[in-house]
Amino acid sequence: MIATQDEKSQELSSFMQKAKESDHPDSQLISILHKAQELYGYLDKAVMEKIAIEMNIPSAHIWGVATFYHFFHLTPRGKFAISVCLGTACYVKGAEDILKAIKDELKIDFGQTTPDGLFTLQETRCLGACGLAPVIMIGDKIYGELTPKKAVELLRSFYKK
Amino acid sequence: MLNIKINDKSYQVEAGQTIMQAADKLGFHIPRLCYHPRLSIEGACRVCIVEVKGMRNYIASCAYPVSEGMEIFTNTAEIRQARRDIVELILNNHPQDCHTCERDGICELQRLTYAMGIRHRHFEGERKHYEKDISSTSVVRDPDKCILCGRCVRICSEVQKVNALGHAWRGFKTVVMPAYNMPFNESVCTTCGQCINVCPTAAFVEKSCAQDLFKKLDNSSLVKVAQIAPSVRAAIAEAFGFEAGSHCLEKELTAALRKLGFDYVFDTQFSADLTIMEEASEFLERLKGKGKLPMITSCSSAWMKCLEQFYQDLIPYVSTCKSPMSMLGSLVKTYFAQKIKRDPKEIVSVAIMCCTAKKYEAARKELYVDGAPAVDMVVTTREISWMIKSAGIDLMHIKPEEFDKPLGLSSGAGTIFGVTGGVMEAAIRTAYELYTGEPLIDIEINDLRGFKGIKEGKLEIDGKEIRVAVAHGLGNANELLEMVRKDKERFHFIEIMGCPGGCIGGGGQPYAGLNSLPLDESCLAARADALYNLDRHKTIRRSHNNPDIRRIYKEFLGKPLGEMSHKLLHTHYKPKEPKGIVPTEIQAR
Repeated sequence: MIATQDEKSQELSSFMQKAKESDHPDSQLISILHKAQELYGYLDKAVMEKIAIEMNIPSAHIWGVATFYHFFHLTPRGKFAISVCLGTACYVKGAEDILKAIKDELKIDFGQTTPDGLFTLQETRCLGACGLAPVIMIGDKIYGELTPKKAVELLRSFYKK
Repeated sequence: MLNIKINDKSYQVEAGQTIMQAADKLGFHIPRLCYHPRLSIEGACRVCIVEVKGMRNYIASCAYPVSEGMEIFTNTAEIRQARRDIVELILNNHPQDCHTCERDGICELQRLTYAMGIRHRHFEGERKHYEKDISSTSVVRDPDKCILCGRCVRICSEVQKVNALGHAWRGFKTVVMPAYNMPFNESVCTTCGQCINVCPTAAFVEKSCAQDLFKKLDNSSLVKVAQIAPSVRAAIAEAFGFEAGSHCLEKELTAALRKLGFDYVFDTQFSADLTIMEEASEFLERLKGKGKLPMITSCSSAWMKCLEQFYQDLIPYVSTCKSPMSMLGSLVKTYFAQKIKRDPKEIVSVAIMCCTAKKYEAARKELYVDGAPAVDMVVTTREISWMIKSAGIDLMHIKPEEFDKPLGLSSGAGTIFGVTGGVMEAAIRTAYELYTGEPLIDIEINDLRGFKGIKEGKLEIDGKEIRVAVAHGLGNANELLEMVRKDKERFHFIEIMGCPGGCIGGGGQPYAGLNSLPLDESCLAARADALYNLDRHKTIRRSHNNPDIRRIYKEFLGKPLGEMSHKLLHTHYKPKEPKGIVPTEIQAR
């Protein structure tokens, strides 16, 4: 079942309530931001403002943390995150060509999301699947031994899903 | 005591201090940039590195404690080279526009570059570029000039507890900005301008209207009216290279303004006296049960914006009096316009202020008089200094001139408005006499003087104990207001000024000179003494004894808190978004 906005908001509030009761509420900010991103998919101004007020942390500070860590997303994410491995092994095996093919196919750059909201492209270092190099990850699945052509076919297969 | 060596010479120093602190006391001034004695240690710039025997890397002396037997080298060839490289690398990502920069000649980075002996640039690389944020009425943020020392972030969070600024993004892409990269005018910024004071470069400067003012001064169909805030006269000589407190240029500034083209020069101290008449009367009314206590002063524009965003629950406790600047502006457009038989639309009302927040206040619609601003333009001490230089006026050798009538005569009580505790002292001088009918004998109230963050005092008015408190700087104000939130009975009357030291430490005051640091306490003390001296040498020292104040009530205003006063001299404050947040505990860093 998909949670409604109200339910998400409530879940975040109760998460923050627990954080406040911990010994160092200030140091819980990162875990709160993770929770918010888990619920909403990304961090928008409204949710950061909610955290600011409920945790009594200045919004400039929250903004500093949210922008510092690559893991936090400030814009809506696609349904599927594509991580193109640019680690050494994949790089040697032609990851750059894979990347170019994906960029050409989706017409987006790193950190961007396709207008249909399906894909978000992100850069990543070694995914730990060097034996299958070059690899990409879509959602939480690894796809290996790719060629630019195979990569594009793979993406197209997702349109049907 | 610890035994240490600096540059091969032995010294005894106290434990529990940093290398920089110990070296300072021994006469070694290790070059530095991000360090500021009022702020927490950031260790961001690495300019203050020293070599310590036995340590593998150079040490940031601002952040490292001295220890027994330490052998420190501050000035080896290698250290000099490393420090020079560090400053060169900072410079490399900094615009090369010194001679057209606002802070040319009074820039800490420029000074450091010179001291490091950098005579040409070795490095050339990518340089950042961002749009300036000019949305604020008061402060312009120019990220291109920013060297990421973090002083502005620290003063805003640690001293002012406003937290309008933070470091966003990371590495080369780091930018100091308000939350969500929102325009400054939509943030919690109180426009106090302390970021400008502590910025070593021109990453923060005031929103200047000096060029517009020159144009207005050239327009002969307009009546140009100036008013001068108390603290401007106490500090302006510093902008001309003089030591703080060495010259108090009151009548010289008056003369200079006339030479610039002003037709009338009035004194904000006159309307400070008027503020006291209204505020003391309001306090006595509240004391009699008409309105809430404690009553909190409302003269400081940064404090007013802070109130509306951070302390919305305390709005009913704040005096309804407009600030002296707005009171005088209102009178210029009404009383004075009638006197000189001119349409208020033909009058340009200009305020020379020590303050950047006054630019914000002047733009507040609720302070307009008959649909037009009471004060059309606000220029800071820095801006007017520049205008005087630019116009070729010799401020230091000018023949002093008197303020104009009828809004130019002031008491000593009006003078001390510029320094923390001054408004309270002035108000007590008058409230006491209004209530008891007897003049207050000891009018210099020492408990309320000095730079303690929160000052408390007690006095007896007609057998009743009146407890007062004073806070300067919005961080100290926060502590005092938390006390008020907990216990409304504890104080009857509270003075708050938004800047450290009061208006004398305002965001529009001259930049720190060659041998000084921004917000240096001895500099603030010298400016305060200048005002206390002016007060001491005045024959009239109580606002209600100012004959021109009596006259304006007789001729125009009626009586304090009367109908006319309410229309022209009082206002109301409303909650504003975004709501400000003061974290309960500042994280120890």
